[in-house]
Amino acid sequence: METAVLLRELTEARGPSGYEEEIRRIIRARFAVYARDVRVDSLGNCIARIPGTGALPSNGARPSLMLAGHMDEIALMVSQLEKGFLRVAQVGGFDPRVLLAQEVIVHGARELPGIVVSVPPHFTDPAEREKPVPLEKLFIDVGLSPHDVESLVHVGDLVSLRARWTELSGGYAACKSMDDRAGVAAIVLCLEELSKRSHAWDVYAVATVQEEVGSRGALVGAFGVAPAAAIAVDVTFGMQPGLSPAESVKMDAGPTIALGPNFHPRLFDRLIEAAKLIELPHQVEPIPSDSGTDAWHIQVSRSGVPCGLVGIPARYMHTPVETVCLRDVERAARLLTELVCRLPPEFAETLETRDALAKGES
Amino acid sequence: MLLQRLSEAHGIAGHEEEVRAVLLEQIRDRVDACRIDGMGNLIALKKGTGSSPLRVLVAAHMDEVGLMITSAEESGVLRFAKVGGIDDRVLPARVVLIGPKRVPGVIGVKPVHLLDKGERDRVTESRQLTIDVGATGKAEAEKLAPRGEFAVFATEFIALSDPSSGYRTVQGKAFDDRAGCAILVELLQERFPFDLVAAFTVQEEVGLRGARVAAGAEKPDAALVLECTGANEVPTTRDTSPSTRLGSGPAITLRDTSFISDPRLVELFRTAAREKSIPHQYKQPNIGGTDAGSIHRARDGVPSLTLAVPARYIHSPSSILDLTDFENTAALAREALHRLPRGFVP
Repeated sequence: METAVLLRELTEARGPSGYEEEIRRIIRARFAVYARDVRVDSLGNCIARIPGTGALPSNGARPSLMLAGHMDEIALMVSQLEKGFLRVAQVGGFDPRVLLAQEVIVHGARELPGIVVSVPPHFTDPAEREKPVPLEKLFIDVGLSPHDVESLVHVGDLVSLRARWTELSGGYAACKSMDDRAGVAAIVLCLEELSKRSHAWDVYAVATVQEEVGSRGALVGAFGVAPAAAIAVDVTFGMQPGLSPAESVKMDAGPTIALGPNFHPRLFDRLIEAAKLIELPHQVEPIPSDSGTDAWHIQVSRSGVPCGLVGIPARYMHTPVETVCLRDVERAARLLTELVCRLPPEFAETLETRDALAKGES
Repeated sequence: MLLQRLSEAHGIAGHEEEVRAVLLEQIRDRVDACRIDGMGNLIALKKGTGSSPLRVLVAAHMDEVGLMITSAEESGVLRFAKVGGIDDRVLPARVVLIGPKRVPGVIGVKPVHLLDKGERDRVTESRQLTIDVGATGKAEAEKLAPRGEFAVFATEFIALSDPSSGYRTVQGKAFDDRAGCAILVELLQERFPFDLVAAFTVQEEVGLRGARVAAGAEKPDAALVLECTGANEVPTTRDTSPSTRLGSGPAITLRDTSFISDPRLVELFRTAAREKSIPHQYKQPNIGGTDAGSIHRARDGVPSLTLAVPARYIHSPSSILDLTDFENTAALAREALHRLPRGFVP
């Protein structure tokens, strides 16, 4: 499967938090190629089960690993109509400064293309141009008469970015929603690889909803799947102008493997081992507390789920030009595949305590 | 449509060649003579019928505002300067196309998660912004986008409205002044009483420079300039919208700070209200939270919706509600609940 084709299909599709229907349809079809059992839960998470094969562990129960990538994207919502223009509220976190003059789609009675209003410099004084326009002062113009707007658009209609896939030089690409369709793409690529190999663990590929408004999908998804362990796959801050090496990771240097309270040390070790075995470039990313990913919420589901996090470096997060290196997406997929295929059935039991000392292994 | 072709052609001041080529091809057979002057103005003569002695200049400018690449950094990102008056605030997070080969690049911004204190309240100046073409070093960047190369916004021409609606809007870049250019091409189909000199001018956006030269050479008796101007009709008042209004019926929550109503339930309530003619309204998003915030994320998830009676001065010793809203809330709840399909949960 060509990564660019897959990722383009995923990123250009729409799926604001809470309204993931379009992207879910696409992911469901992608999952269904590799899994017989694909379901959608009450909140809209798309869950594919790929059964493990071979010897069962001594207790007879096959452990399961959840791979989670979120399918939702940040968006806006119509909050008021005013003389044919639309006021908007946030669904997730945009920096309002990137919205000016962007192209959008208003999901009204039909899809209406439009733009975020920017007043031409002819009408503004220099002092005004030094101040960002706050969200409360932003309007959307769909270019229709006030009468048409009132019949086609209602308060509560979603507004998503209208961004086109842009392929840059050297295997880089930019689009909206790389956060986290890049993660979903890595999971799909992993399923493709898994279909050619054998693994002892059951794998649940889960494309989660509502991550951008607080990982609400992952929370209930993990409850439903009740996995023995989980790996979240999300984007992480790639090196770019304005960010220090301390707050970013290298682009095109492989996926990150996260370390910190959110992650089980042995899953971390396993991920590192897997990367080393196939000589995969990878980076370690220390995250001191909340990882800001689905993993943070999955970890405390039910009686606790050991978690890992695989990060795909991305630049310009939460904008219409989120940029990733396609090779990093492919590498993340290879890392996941290698991890899954090398999990021995009895490994689940070793995750039951976090600390090696508690097992008297030291 | 000619307007679309012209809108999608690239041509910042000093680099109008693409636009000029389109125009030349369009007008060549309609005019009696045409020439391109030293600055790049495309000037055509359409002879009059002879009944007027005048010589009239009609001008429209070909150039658009854009960017020019000024240097490449060691990391491979590009610095740029603005060509023409562009508000710095429209530059962040935008796709641009560089040079005649249209090399794509993006103007990067810092992720909202990592902004420094106070940064949100400042405008990032264009000289601090960079273009990312995917180059990993200075040499590669300079090869893709040499110093001095021009860049324009990557904007597609699209129709916004249904052509049948009578309100025919389109969206695209450089309507200032490709709209004028397209109209001028139209005018050249006709013969006027006087000699018409059509000037498709260069460098308007950097100081009206091409037109000066064209007028100097053509010595017209009168001139008409065809332009595209700002329609500044955006409402400027502050948002004072109430969250809900008394007397407008039960309020359906679509999204508040605690949860997002399940779209299937919203549709169920909306349909019920419409079919039973029960007045209803939608609560402004992102205000308050309700128990649905907890319920929808209990166990493996519960699709939820909040329906509310609007009331003034809640959370105070005394509030006011409209009994009709109260009754309609009950009516809508009853009606919608009866309609809940058996197979609702997957």
